[in-house]
Amino acid sequence: MNQKLRNTLLLLAVSCLPLCGCSKPAGNGEPVIKIGSASPLTGPQAHLGKDNANGAQLAVDEINATGLILGGKKMHLELLVEDDQADPKTATMVAQKLVDDDVAGVIGHLNSGATIPASKIYYDAEIPQISPSATAVTYTTQGFNTAFRVMSNDRQQGQALGQFAVRQLGAKRIAIIDDRSAYGQGLADEFEKAVRAAGGTVVAREYTTDKATDFMAILTSIKARAPQVVFFGGMDPQAAPLARQMHELGLHAQLLGGDGMETPLFIKLAGRDAEGAIASTPGLPIQEMPGGLAFKKKFNARYGDIQNYAPYAYDAVYVLVDAMKRAQSADPEKYLAQLSKTDYHGVTGHIRFDRNGDLANTAITLYQVKSGAWRPIKTMQSGN
Amino acid sequence: MDMFAQQLVNGLVLGSVYALVALGYTMVYGILELINFAHGEVTMFGAMIALAVISALTGAHVHLPGVMLALTGLLVAIPSCMLLGYTIERVAYRPLRSAPRLAPLITAIGVSIVLQNVAMMVWGREYIPFPPILPTGHHNLLGARITDVQIAILVTALLLMLGLTLLVQRTRLGRAMRATAQSPQLAGLMGVNANAVISLTFIIGSGLAAIAGFMVSAYYGLAHYYMGFLLGLKAFTAAVLGGIGKIGGAMLGGLLLGVIESLGAGYIGDFTHGFLGSNYQDVFAFFVLIAVLIVRPSGLLGVAAGERA
Amino acid sequence: MARQKRRAWTTFALLGVGLAILPLLVEAGIGRSWVRVLDFTLLYIILAVGLNIVVGYAGLLDLGYIAFYAVGAYCYALLASPQFGLHLPFWAILPIGAGAAALFGILLGAPTLRLRGDYLAIVTLGFGEIVRIFLNNLNTPVNITNGPQGITLIDPVRIDGFSFAAKHHWLGLTFSSPQQYYYLFLILTLALIFVALRLQDSRIGRAWAAIREDELAAAATGINVRNLKLLAFAMGATFAGVAGGLFAGFQGFVSPESFNLMESVMILCMIVLGGMGNIPGVILGATLLTVFPEALRYLGDWQQAWLGRIVVDPDDLRMLLFGLALIVMMLYRPAGLWPSRLRRREWQDKRAS
Repeated sequence: MNQKLRNTLLLLAVSCLPLCGCSKPAGNGEPVIKIGSASPLTGPQAHLGKDNANGAQLAVDEINATGLILGGKKMHLELLVEDDQADPKTATMVAQKLVDDDVAGVIGHLNSGATIPASKIYYDAEIPQISPSATAVTYTTQGFNTAFRVMSNDRQQGQALGQFAVRQLGAKRIAIIDDRSAYGQGLADEFEKAVRAAGGTVVAREYTTDKATDFMAILTSIKARAPQVVFFGGMDPQAAPLARQMHELGLHAQLLGGDGMETPLFIKLAGRDAEGAIASTPGLPIQEMPGGLAFKKKFNARYGDIQNYAPYAYDAVYVLVDAMKRAQSADPEKYLAQLSKTDYHGVTGHIRFDRNGDLANTAITLYQVKSGAWRPIKTMQSGN
Repeated sequence: MDMFAQQLVNGLVLGSVYALVALGYTMVYGILELINFAHGEVTMFGAMIALAVISALTGAHVHLPGVMLALTGLLVAIPSCMLLGYTIERVAYRPLRSAPRLAPLITAIGVSIVLQNVAMMVWGREYIPFPPILPTGHHNLLGARITDVQIAILVTALLLMLGLTLLVQRTRLGRAMRATAQSPQLAGLMGVNANAVISLTFIIGSGLAAIAGFMVSAYYGLAHYYMGFLLGLKAFTAAVLGGIGKIGGAMLGGLLLGVIESLGAGYIGDFTHGFLGSNYQDVFAFFVLIAVLIVRPSGLLGVAAGERA
Repeated sequence: MARQKRRAWTTFALLGVGLAILPLLVEAGIGRSWVRVLDFTLLYIILAVGLNIVVGYAGLLDLGYIAFYAVGAYCYALLASPQFGLHLPFWAILPIGAGAAALFGILLGAPTLRLRGDYLAIVTLGFGEIVRIFLNNLNTPVNITNGPQGITLIDPVRIDGFSFAAKHHWLGLTFSSPQQYYYLFLILTLALIFVALRLQDSRIGRAWAAIREDELAAAATGINVRNLKLLAFAMGATFAGVAGGLFAGFQGFVSPESFNLMESVMILCMIVLGGMGNIPGVILGATLLTVFPEALRYLGDWQQAWLGRIVVDPDDLRMLLFGLALIVMMLYRPAGLWPSRLRRREWQDKRAS
């Protein structure tokens, strides 16, 4: 028994040993400002999480290259990248770790489910947080003055999409599918409200999961209702096989989706069946933004294709630093006030925040797949 | 009634994929009474390796008809997965053969996590598209649309199941497998090399997994390092539904689960007058499973066995 | 005898003092995030000890255990949040959550009494998924669980006006919120461990062991197998219900994605890895599997410190090493790291034969 205990303690000690004595080298003598990035880097959404981290890293490296001067001193930005596994519990541990590491701000998290519980920890620690991709309305309505996002919320985007479907596409009969994730369900519910408000009819409401690849069963029942538009609330790995299976079943309706679908991956995975699909993304088309194409080129050269939200993570870092510059300080207490006064032109659009920390009067652009690429077809303004 | 026919076709195609993966579970379980949790990951490796070969060939401008390209990929994937299955058994299960019953379950989960992360490091975190090299024609069958790929999946699955049944029932190896399943010690006394038989079981099961993985990625047009988990779970459910350990049970369970899921998603809303929708598809499937097991505690084709410690 | 007793008491006293000052040392030494890790470790110890009643004591393989944790968490979330505008006190919710979880335990147990081994495993797995799917979809037609969006702004644990979410000063020390939760969790964990230990040596515990070893023989000796199996499910579920309530109050947010199958599997891993049936082993397993993946976050730092540069992307390696550790530990100690004496003997006998 005693020996067992000793063995165990030894094991524990060994596993804790490397935790201590790991201090970071402080760059080249410049004071360091740490910024956290939190997103899933393992698990089914790892490709999106890594994309966010890459976007943030690119911005950090650019800012370091041009040199950041605050209060007359040259500062060095450092990005601390953490894996939250898209899991709410892990997200809070990661958030606490970033707080312990004295980050001045956080870019993250990817999913609403991780962003919301983490936001409480950042709020308690008075550290600003900008999510590049969480869309759940509740994230910014909890009354936390530290919570921001550079992405439209479900209501803004769902409304724009719903109006577009009924008014521009002239659809009367609309089928809705969502993936029962916080993102997909939130967007689909708001879309449904907007469709009804605009006078459209929802002829079918079907569901799938965010891990599914087979949609034949729900598409077969949707086909029987003969909709003109099929709306999908979910991400590209589901949207692509969905598009293919619509084609296989001979279901000739307009496929419509949100920002989770407006990605190169969707086209890559759906191939020819992607043609004609329409999806929205907050912000203006990247080629219309100053510096947009340059960003895209730089990103592609370094990391390959943009998966989805990298430009938003990239902008989020610039928004943080912009506020720091105006406050001439990286102290959250000082620059938080400046952050809410942000007026910044990023690669994803004109970024200003409303009093909740949501994008104010965000533009939402609709894209259609034409000869193998997403092409902007219309930009809509969506207020709250 | 063409909607019903269509749902049936949907379900049978889905089910035959489940059945192929379920065979791997059931063969291993039949012999070792071990849930090979890593089997789903072997399936994923099959898909990934086949895709890697296909894209390497197209990248090197090898001009072959699409079907030949795909077959080449498959022919590399099968032996690779066989080797993988063999290795898994040697490293993670054989040393624990006389260990407490749940110990190999934990190593299986460990292997599963390792394989996922190795695949992530090798092939990246992104979803990988299956190139459009297969024919895309479709036919009408009793009012339902069925594509060439779907037909290929159905036929291949049926042929493989038939072949496997013959192997187990009619060959020396099959007899040795059945003997080992009853009692490895006794089989050993009768001159059966139990270790070799177990290895072979893993090899055959992994070969089937490779084919299943390839078919899944060709059918849905994508592969991802995480795809094995859900597929494995569904297949495992199918194997239990049919009676785990029974080859016929895996086929029946797989096909049945596919059809139940398909009809469930298609009709659950009508049954409940819109109270429940296709979001309860899996609930429906699990309820059927539980109902079956309450009536037949060893699955549809399983024989009531005494307590297996 | 007296000396042995005295030694046992000193060990206990030392352990007590150690556990009491642990969060202070940890927060000062390696940071508050590690206090949070400790909090979760305690929650997982409760879960593992509870599952151990079902799997370790009674021998019923349960792969849907996380469902009871979910029931406890959602009970707390619904009764103390703006969702229904209810704000019941902590001492009222925790028993309700535990009771509801116990009820669900019986609900699961009743139809599965005849099932054995892996068939039971798959049915419990299905049960866990069913609970999760319902939580994920019960936002229509009546909004009960708020669906995939989860429930936000859950009240923190508050006892008699003492809020665990706020900082408190005491004896010249400042106690952070995770530290205060640590003490609350610790007290409940110790109490539940005590219950589990007493159960093991009680008539009930022996009856469970009899059922585990041979159900038929147990029934023949007059043990009411049905009731005792249901009791095992209910007891195990109660533990999870308590842990779930604590989790909801601690996090302030619950959503169905926290209660997926992988969590059930991890808890099972904890008890098998630690040593099934043996409480100290189970505690060790839960601690290792909670702490180890978090410790692996420092892979990048270690590479920096030891190799001078980052050789492999630490995020690529973290889960890989975790999987490898599971395999190696199991191969090295198949009966678990700290098995009960009985199990170890059985395993050695078996190997010798």
